[in-house]
Amino acid sequence: MINFGYTAHKERLIDYDKNDKRVLEHLKKHEPSVLTCIACGSCTATCSAGQFVDFNIRLVQTLLRRGEIEPLKQEIRKCMLCGKCILVCPRGVNMRNLILAIQTAIDKLK
Amino acid sequence: MISFNLFVLPFSLGLIYLLYMIIRWWYKWVKALPEEDRNLFKAGIFSKKFLSALKEIFSESLIHRKMFRRNALLGYMHMSFALGWFLLIVFGNMESRIYSTSHVNPPYYPIFLKFFIHDKTVLWFEINTVPGFFRFLMDFLLLFVLSGLILALIKRGKSRWFGLRRTTNSQLTDKVALTCLWLIFPVRLLAESFTDGYYGGGGGFVTQHLGNFLALIFQESSRHIAYALWWTYSLALGIFFVTVPFSRYWHIPTELLLIFFRHFGITSRKFSTSFTHVEIGACSRCGVCIDVCQLGSAARIHDIQAVYFIRSVRDEQVNRDIALRCLVCGRCQEACPVGIGADTIRLIERNTFSGTHDADFSYLPASLPRKVSVIYFAGCMTHLTPAIIKAMKGILKQAGVDYLFLDEGGTVCCGRPVILSGKHDQARDLIEFNKERILRSEAHTLVTSCPICLRAFREEYNLPIRVLHHSHYILELIKAGRIPLQAVHRKVAYHDPCDLGRGSREYSAPRELLSKVATLVEVSQEGKDALCCGGSLGIYTVSPRKRDLITKDALEHLEASDPEVVATACPLCKKTFAKHAQVEVLDIAEIVYDAIPV
Repeated sequence: MINFGYTAHKERLIDYDKNDKRVLEHLKKHEPSVLTCIACGSCTATCSAGQFVDFNIRLVQTLLRRGEIEPLKQEIRKCMLCGKCILVCPRGVNMRNLILAIQTAIDKLK
Repeated sequence: MISFNLFVLPFSLGLIYLLYMIIRWWYKWVKALPEEDRNLFKAGIFSKKFLSALKEIFSESLIHRKMFRRNALLGYMHMSFALGWFLLIVFGNMESRIYSTSHVNPPYYPIFLKFFIHDKTVLWFEINTVPGFFRFLMDFLLLFVLSGLILALIKRGKSRWFGLRRTTNSQLTDKVALTCLWLIFPVRLLAESFTDGYYGGGGGFVTQHLGNFLALIFQESSRHIAYALWWTYSLALGIFFVTVPFSRYWHIPTELLLIFFRHFGITSRKFSTSFTHVEIGACSRCGVCIDVCQLGSAARIHDIQAVYFIRSVRDEQVNRDIALRCLVCGRCQEACPVGIGADTIRLIERNTFSGTHDADFSYLPASLPRKVSVIYFAGCMTHLTPAIIKAMKGILKQAGVDYLFLDEGGTVCCGRPVILSGKHDQARDLIEFNKERILRSEAHTLVTSCPICLRAFREEYNLPIRVLHHSHYILELIKAGRIPLQAVHRKVAYHDPCDLGRGSREYSAPRELLSKVATLVEVSQEGKDALCCGGSLGIYTVSPRKRDLITKDALEHLEASDPEVVATACPLCKKTFAKHAQVEVLDIAEIVYDAIPV
């Protein structure tokens, strides 16, 4: 490979060929509304947890699609399940089940 | 000499098996109770509570008082089976004493008395004699049970007459047990009649006449027919007894234990105990919970109702959908004639299906509140309805209350939404955080606008202070003359939020408050029968379209009497209704705030 003088930290690399889609596949089956997200950010704007910490459902969506299981697992731990996001979502994404279903999917990987 | 015939064996063996199962399970359940509950049980047996439990057993398990209140035909059907059969056993035993020579009779003796004894000294109409009276009584009771059986047959086709739109889908074991149960009484009638007819005496006002008629037709062969019928009767009883522990009829012995448990002060806990198992066994699958469930009636989801959920728990067949697809609105619990806490059991079961949700709330900022007498906690949902917050601020300012708006800068959730996922322990950090702040403020009253929070504060926080919903608190302020009112009195239909009404038993305060500023109109389903708005945080797996169906169902009832405003006392209900309502949807606080003269 030609060295252009740029460096990329290994942990910052996302290899889409080795994308771990197991959690996403599980969700497609059990909470398919996840696919309708248009990343408008309403959920994040209204989030109760988001008032106190950097918590972002859009990031959850990104991690999910990239198959970054470990950061995903850490991210959803912040959720209080209060459900405000469901009420403001214009696409009908069922966020509370999304969180539980991600957790269930990750449990199954073990 | 002890009377015996081979045909008594199926009955006797079945009875022995059933008694063994009852004793075994009762012992197991009592033994497995948490220690505290077991002590309550021991203390209860030798107290007055034992008698009050017996009283309830009589009025509920035999007479079925609650069923009567629901529907007279349904009540009569259940009563004729339970009370009728019970009295048949009691009086049958007494009758058998007349003819018995020994002090102890084998249990089958009274059951098959007519096979062994053909007392022709007394005729069917001589009911002023002791044997004649019993003969009359036994025939009468048999007719009583058979009238219930006829109703049960009618109910198959015309369940609406019994107040049920849908009835329970039965399992195979239920069907076997049901067939045997339905066979028992007509076969008994025929067996007794054939016998009485053949011997030309010994029957009562029904069996003797029917018997004489049958003897005319069948002549000599009626003896053999009678014998075959006695076998059938015994087999039906025996098979029924054996299927009881595996069918819905297990509720008969289990409900007795449940009633004792309740009277002794044993209740359900946040985790599964013997009490939970007994509640599950006590479900008679009567199906009363099916019609009241809006997921079925409005959203056409027909496999998750309390009866099916509880059955799946008993059969260890619970799946994620059945556990998580429930509004937890409490309507089924309210309607259940046995009083089974289906919602509590559902939350316990959810624990298995909501993943190992390993919550981490270490990010919550530590900040101490100032000392104050009243705390206002809006709650997450209220922050989505700023009009309610504005109204509350205005009302509290008007009344000159020295209060602290605890979650003005952002709400730390009360914990109930996490608890609704079945993860009690995961909510602990949230509860501790809020509790610490509430206690540090040294407030004597906590006011919240959200019934979900109200329920969490009351049930989970164990706070030594008053916890009130704003409808209650505003009413107090008005009564104290601290809020001047000049209301227009618009026509208002009030919607009871699930967690405020059935959840926290607050029905009167919101109505009293509303009547001061508006004209209340009647709603067809209100109070403890109120419908869910569809926004429930209790349900996890549901599509927005199904939610909409539930919302429209509730609104249909609310808007039926043509109100100008639909009033509610919950920000989640308000937000949910606002999407579909034809009229304005307002929180009680907003209506009061509007009535304050400028």
